[in-house]
Amino acid sequence: MTTATKPAQGASPPRARGDVRGARRLFVIRELGIALALVLLVAVTTISNSRFLSAQSRKDLMLGATILVVLAVGQTIVVITRNVDLSVGSVLGLSAFATGKLFLAMPDAPIVLAILAGVGLGVLCGAVNGALIAIARVPALVVTLGTLYVFRGLDYSWAAGQQINAADMPSGFKRMGTAVVLGVPVLALFAVAVLLIAGFYLRSYRSGREMYAIGSDPDAARLSGIPVGWRVFTAMTVSGALAGLAGVLYAARFGTLDAAAGTSIELNVVAAVVVGGVAIFGGSGSVYGAALGAVLLSTMGAALPVLRIDPFWQQAVVGSLILAAIGLDRALTARIARRLRGRRARGA
Amino acid sequence: MRAIRNGVSLLTLSALLLTAAACASDDGGDTPAAGGDASAGASGEIKEGLSVAFLPKQVNNPYFTVSDNGGKAAVEEFKGEYKEVGPSEASASSQVSYLNTLTQQGSDVIAVSANDPNAICGAVKQARQGGAKVVTFDSDTNKDCRDLFVNQVTAQGIAENQVKLISDQIGGAGKIAILSATANATNQNAWIELMKTELKKSEYSKIELVTVAYGNDDDQKSFQETQGLLSSYPDLKGIISPTTVGVAAAARYLSGSQYKGKVVLTGLGTPNQMREFVKDGTVKNFALWNPADLGYLAAYAGAALASGIITGKEGEKFTAGKLGEYTIGPDSVVVLGPPTVFDASNIDQFDF
Repeated sequence: MTTATKPAQGASPPRARGDVRGARRLFVIRELGIALALVLLVAVTTISNSRFLSAQSRKDLMLGATILVVLAVGQTIVVITRNVDLSVGSVLGLSAFATGKLFLAMPDAPIVLAILAGVGLGVLCGAVNGALIAIARVPALVVTLGTLYVFRGLDYSWAAGQQINAADMPSGFKRMGTAVVLGVPVLALFAVAVLLIAGFYLRSYRSGREMYAIGSDPDAARLSGIPVGWRVFTAMTVSGALAGLAGVLYAARFGTLDAAAGTSIELNVVAAVVVGGVAIFGGSGSVYGAALGAVLLSTMGAALPVLRIDPFWQQAVVGSLILAAIGLDRALTARIARRLRGRRARGA
Repeated sequence: MRAIRNGVSLLTLSALLLTAAACASDDGGDTPAAGGDASAGASGEIKEGLSVAFLPKQVNNPYFTVSDNGGKAAVEEFKGEYKEVGPSEASASSQVSYLNTLTQQGSDVIAVSANDPNAICGAVKQARQGGAKVVTFDSDTNKDCRDLFVNQVTAQGIAENQVKLISDQIGGAGKIAILSATANATNQNAWIELMKTELKKSEYSKIELVTVAYGNDDDQKSFQETQGLLSSYPDLKGIISPTTVGVAAAARYLSGSQYKGKVVLTGLGTPNQMREFVKDGTVKNFALWNPADLGYLAAYAGAALASGIITGKEGEKFTAGKLGEYTIGPDSVVVLGPPTVFDASNIDQFDF
C-alpha cells in the first residue's frame, strides 16, 4: 500500500504540502466516522432503554472504557511505527497482580507507590520487548507473541494459584476505583491525561513526528538520520508502561486478582486501534481515533446486554460491528484518496 | 503383634470419634444429615499406616490446596501416611504418569480429582489391579473405573440452596435474574435448569426469573452484564450468580453503584473473595461446599475401602471422623452434603 503511494509523495514540494493538508483532513474524517458510529450506538440503545444514559450508567460507560483507552493509546504509538505489541494483556496481568502483592506485603502503601510500581514493571517488560526488536532486529509480532506467553508464565508461577481479593486491598485504593470527581470517575481521568499527553507528543514533538516517518517507510527514515531502533525501543517501552498503569487501574476497578487478569485483552486493544483508524501497517492514525475506537468497543460491550441480545450472538455481533466500522473507514478513505487524486490530476 | 496394633488403633479411633463428635456438634450447619442409625453401619475400624495419596487436578490451585489439606488432616487422624502429587497444569492426560508412579509405589489409597472422565481410566484400573483403592473427588471418572466417587454436592442441592437463599432475601416475591459463566458450561446449565424447576414450586410462585445473562467468567464481561441486567430490569429484586468469578464481579460492581443494598445478590463464591462484600453489606449470604471437608471425606472413604469396611456398594455405611456417618448412594457415589452458607456470622472462620 505504502509503496503504491510513494511516487506521489516524491512529487514536487507544493503538491506535497497539499497532501499533508489532505491527510490531516483524512484523520479528522476518520475520527468523525467513529464518533458518528458511537453516537448512533448510544442513541439507538438509549431509545430502547432510557436508563442507558442515567448518571450511574454514564459512570459505568466511562469506567468500562478506561482500561481499554489507556492500552489503546500505548498500542497506537507502537502501531504507528509499523510494529505491534501483543504482550500488553500479559503485562497488565503481571502489573495488576504485583499491585495486589504490594498491598498484601505493605497494607499501608500509598497509592502513588502502587502506581509507580505498576508502571515500573511495565517499563521493564516493554524494555525487554523493545530491546529484542530494536537490537536483535526480530519482528515485533514474533517478539511480543513470545513475551505474551513468557510474561503470563511468570505471572502464573509467581501467583502459584493464589488469588488476591478485595478484602486484601486498602479501602483508599478501592475507593479510587469507584470515586467520581464532577461526574467523571477518577480512573477515567487517568485515561484522559494519558490520551492528551500522548496526543500532544505525537503531534508537536519532533520525535513524535519521527514515529510516523518510521511507520511510513522504515528504510527511508533510517536514511534520513532518524534513530529508528531507539524510537521503536521508546515506543515499546511506553506501551509497556501504559500496560503497567492499566494493570494498576484494573486492580483498583475489579478488586479480585489472579494470574489470569487481562487474558486476551490484547486482541480487543488491536481491534480498538484498527477501528479507530490507525493503519495497521503504520504511518498514519491518531491516539484520539484509537481512544474513540476503544470507547466504541467498550460501549458496544455495555450496550449489547442492555439491548438484551441473545448471548450466543453477542460475540458475532461485536465482530460484525468491527468489520462494519472498518468497512466504513475504508470507504471514507477510498473516497478521500479518489478526491485527492482527482484534484492532483486537475492541478497537473 | 497385629492384634495389639489393631487394638491400639481401635482405641485411638474411638477417642478421635469422641472428640470429633464433640466438635461436630458446635457447627451443625456443616454436618450433612446422613440418615440411618449409627450402630447398623460403620462397623470395623480403619487400619493404621495406610499410605494415602492425593492427586488433584493441578497442584498450586488454591481450591485443591485447601481440599488436600482437609485430606491430610483426616489421614493424620487415622495415622496413615499422607502425600500429595500432581501436575502443574490441568490437562486431560497429565495425571496418568502420576497414577502409574503411585501404583508402583504400592499406595493403599489414591484420591484423585479427574481432569478428564476417560483419559485416566486405564491408569486407574491398573492402580486397582495393583492393590490400591481409588476414590475420585470433586470431579469423577467414568463410574466403571474407580471404586468410589465423593461428590461435593448434587446439582439438585445447589439449585434448592440458591433459590432458597434469594427467596429469603427478597421476601419470596419479585423479579430475579441469573448471572452465569459461559453460555455452554455444562454444570451451570444443569443447575440453571434445576433452579427453574425449583422456582415452579408453590412457595416460589411469586418469584419471576426474567433472564439468564452470561459473564463468561471474565471480570469485565460480568461487570457489563450486571450493568445490563440492572438497566434492562429497573424493578429487579435480586441476582443469583452460581459461579465464583461472576458473583465476585457482580458484588464489586454493586458495592460501588447506586444499587448497593437495594438489589440482592447471592451465589456460589469463596469466603476470601466475598469477605469484603459481606462486611460492607453488599451481600448478605452466599454458598459453597467446604473444600476441606471434601478432601477429608475422600480420605476417610478411601481408608474405609482399604480397611475392608466398605466395598463401594450402594447402601453401605462408613464413618468419616468429625463429619459423621455416610451412606453410599447409587453408582458408588457419596455426597458431601448440602452447600455451606456463608454470612457475616461465620465468614471469618473460613480461609479459602
